[in-house]
Amino acid sequence: MNGASSYSGLVDKAFIFILGTSVLLLIGLTAVMIYFLVRYRRSKNPNPAQIADNVTLETLWTVLPTILVLVMFYYGWAGFKVMRDIPEDAMQVTVKAQMWSWVFEYENGKQSTELIVPTGRPVSLNLTSSDVIHSFFVPAFRLKEDCVPGRTNHAWFEATRDGEFNLFCAEYCGERHSAMLSLVKSIPAREFDEWLGVDTGPPEGTRLLTLKGCVACHTIDGSKLIAPTFKGMFGSTETVVTDGVSRQITVDEEYIRKSILDPNADLVEGYQALMPPQRDLLTDEEIDAIIEVLKEL
Amino acid sequence: MAHSNAAATGAYGTTGSYLNTPAGGGLKSWLTTVDHKKIGLMYASAMFTFFLVGMSLGFLIRLELLEPGTQFVSARAYNSIFTLHGVIMIFLFIVPGIPAILGNFILPLQLGADDVAMPRLNLASWYVYMTGAVMALASLVTGGGFADTGWTFYAPYSLNTNTNVSLAVLAAFVLGFSSIMTGMNFITTIHRLRAPGMGFFRMPLFCWALYATSWIQVIATPVIGITLLLVVMERTLGIGFFDPARGGDPILYQHLFWIYSHPVVYVMVLPAMGIISEILPAFSRRTIFGYKAIAISSMAIAVVGYLVWGHHMFTAGMSDTARWVFSLLTFFVAIPTGVKVFNWIATLYRGSIEIRVPLLYAVGWIFLFSIGGLTGLANGALSTDIHLHDTAYIVGHFHYTMFGGAAIGMFAGLHYWWPKIWGRMYNEKVATTAWVLIMVGFNLTYFPMLILGIKGMPRRYQDYLPQFHDLNFLSTIGSWILVAGLLTMIINLIRGARSGSPAPDNPWGSTTLEWQTTSPPPLLNFATPPEVTTGPYDFTEILRQNNVEAGK
Ligand code: HEC
Ligand code: HEM
Ligand SMILES: [Cu+2]
Ligand SMILES: [Cu+2]
Repeated sequence: MNGASSYSGLVDKAFIFILGTSVLLLIGLTAVMIYFLVRYRRSKNPNPAQIADNVTLETLWTVLPTILVLVMFYYGWAGFKVMRDIPEDAMQVTVKAQMWSWVFEYENGKQSTELIVPTGRPVSLNLTSSDVIHSFFVPAFRLKEDCVPGRTNHAWFEATRDGEFNLFCAEYCGERHSAMLSLVKSIPAREFDEWLGVDTGPPEGTRLLTLKGCVACHTIDGSKLIAPTFKGMFGSTETVVTDGVSRQITVDEEYIRKSILDPNADLVEGYQALMPPQRDLLTDEEIDAIIEVLKEL
Repeated sequence: MAHSNAAATGAYGTTGSYLNTPAGGGLKSWLTTVDHKKIGLMYASAMFTFFLVGMSLGFLIRLELLEPGTQFVSARAYNSIFTLHGVIMIFLFIVPGIPAILGNFILPLQLGADDVAMPRLNLASWYVYMTGAVMALASLVTGGGFADTGWTFYAPYSLNTNTNVSLAVLAAFVLGFSSIMTGMNFITTIHRLRAPGMGFFRMPLFCWALYATSWIQVIATPVIGITLLLVVMERTLGIGFFDPARGGDPILYQHLFWIYSHPVVYVMVLPAMGIISEILPAFSRRTIFGYKAIAISSMAIAVVGYLVWGHHMFTAGMSDTARWVFSLLTFFVAIPTGVKVFNWIATLYRGSIEIRVPLLYAVGWIFLFSIGGLTGLANGALSTDIHLHDTAYIVGHFHYTMFGGAAIGMFAGLHYWWPKIWGRMYNEKVATTAWVLIMVGFNLTYFPMLILGIKGMPRRYQDYLPQFHDLNFLSTIGSWILVAGLLTMIINLIRGARSGSPAPDNPWGSTTLEWQTTSPPPLLNFATPPEVTTGPYDFTEILRQNNVEAGK
């Protein structure tokens, strides 16, 4: 798989050196072993030689591997150093990971669920998580860094060609870990500036459902993921569990607001307390916009 | 000790098989025995039961990955299945495995002793082990179902999931005690009960390996015990150790976890290295090459192995300095390991080699373990590990080391000592077939995972992108061959133990003390306590006998 970042070449060099040497060593060792097994089989060699030691050999095969692994260390470190030296003029993007979706926030406040970047310009990532540990992994860039709740990790890359590159969550984060995918789209700088400049205004309700990660767990088409679908929810009658006691409710505005701010207070029967409370994550206007959409579904 | 007096007078327990002493004792005589040999076999029966369960789960994981999308198990079930697979294979099978089964059976025999130093503690540690195992199984059916955290129990996920993490973690905690007890017992046994004339540097290398292993068990296990207890306290009492929402630090959890779990890799593999060091000389009829280098490198690995845990955390957000220091130290553990491999291969040089089943497993082991070690180099180097971390490459790599290294080493040891243990031989033809199936199946299962990881497929994925299909398909086919081989091997061993042809006392022409007593040994191991006048791999006598036979 071809590299697509400014440092992927350096990483690949380390790969080729380390894996290449390993393959050669493996073939060599195996060949020697098989040769000995055949050459010194009992029928051919009834009288073994009792060789207990050989200082020259022991020294040789301690010193040579030492040199070899030091070279490997150096190669690994050389690529790593570049990965860690974040250029000062890099564009800043905040990566917000949550179960099980990605949101990318640009300096001007624009948000997107795919990471759109200008080809040939360095992008500095500030990686955060609002629940458990996730890991930002773009194989084509040879880049991976964890998103750890309670702290901000840093990484950077510069895409060297236009294209769409898979973005995976690489740290196990629960039920839909393997669906926590997105794309990095690297586009010509000019197009990017245009895209970034277009002010889409305060995102309306439908887009908010994607942007805030609701659709990682809920659906809008009636199919079932790990949370109740939004379709037909408004006005329906449901059984919820409050403090361990089941009761019937009718879904109205009040209930939805409460379900969003404090989802675990009334658990929908048959579901688990998986939804993160949105108290600090949504503004009042956003909640209103979401409720408007949910009414329509 | 009371035992030794009896042995000296040739009384009770110095003749006949330990299997029939006391005669007609039935199940109770097993459950209350303090004989290290029977305890070893009790561990074997428990552990291989768990191994079969773990193997079936591994088979199921592969089956689900046959095609992209959901085939047989939901994502939620998949997550619990790989967690249970990992927990069983690590905590119930491979960490305690070789010391508890073969260490218990063989160590006192190799030292020329009549039992371990603390036989009652030995039995107690079996009960502690079983308690932990029962707790792990109980957590399957109680609470919110089996943990879905992976065997690593990373915080804060493990603190928030509503599966039954607390009980699973407590089970691991209890199992740790069993490890510590066995470790202490072996250290004492090695210091106190060596036969007259057996200095440390006349000990067989399997004893050396168990010695190094025991120290790691005793020193490292408390760290994981405390860490897991902290997880339970955070889950039940809400004390904020690791969850940032409560003011804790999730990275601290990772440090504590790997401070134990890296060294424990050597608990798995050092005893296997010890087994290989016994088998190679026996079937080459020559002394091992570089005895001291092998013995000392065991200890070196045990010591340096403590300082490299950070290589599991290169992407977690440690300081850049910490990252390169851990990388450098990791490469230093590679050196003693490499030295050992060279020594083993050199042991074949100008030997008089007889290719029998244990030797096949031993050379298969060298091949698989070499791949395990060499694939580890790319994990030790910084820039490459950043790409490989948490991908299928890691799953491939650690199966080559833990399964190819530790477990295949155990299988080699079982085939080597089986005639001593039961006084009966298994069918060598069937054993060879099983070996071929295992070698082919193994590589077909795990080599594709290495490539998948390099191509960027993350681990612990129940579903994957279509571009990863071919190799996953191949790997699943491989797992069928592998499972067929493993089942063939196990059935063949059991049949051998029950109805195999009688085995002589020293079927392979080996030199260490366990082969001087009868097969199977008497309760107190030796009719006359042995004395040691040479190093462990001195073939003079064996070769002389051979020449006498050939001459007549
Ligand atoms: C990590 C998964 C997850 C995410 C992300 C998530 N939810 Fe939920 N949500 C759930 C689960 C599970 C339930 C059912 C259990 C409960 O009542 O808390 C639920 C329940 C609800 C309910 C009540 C549904 C009913 O039928 O009574 C509403 C409304 C809701 N979520 C809205 C949202 C909105 C809006 C967002 C995005 C800002 C969101 N959720 C994000 C998992 C999630
Ligand atoms: C039939 C044999 C086996 C098969 C087919 C098998 C298969 C697998 C697969 C496919 C995974 C990856 C799961 C994932 O990342 O989604 C896995 C994980 C694992 N395996 Fe095995 N395995 C086998 C035997 C073993 C043995 C013998 C050991 C230990 C000695 C072992 C230890 C582990 C561990 C520790 C994990 C990690 C679990 C986790 O991610 O938490 N496996 N196995
Ligand atoms: Cu994730
Ligand atoms: Cu490690």
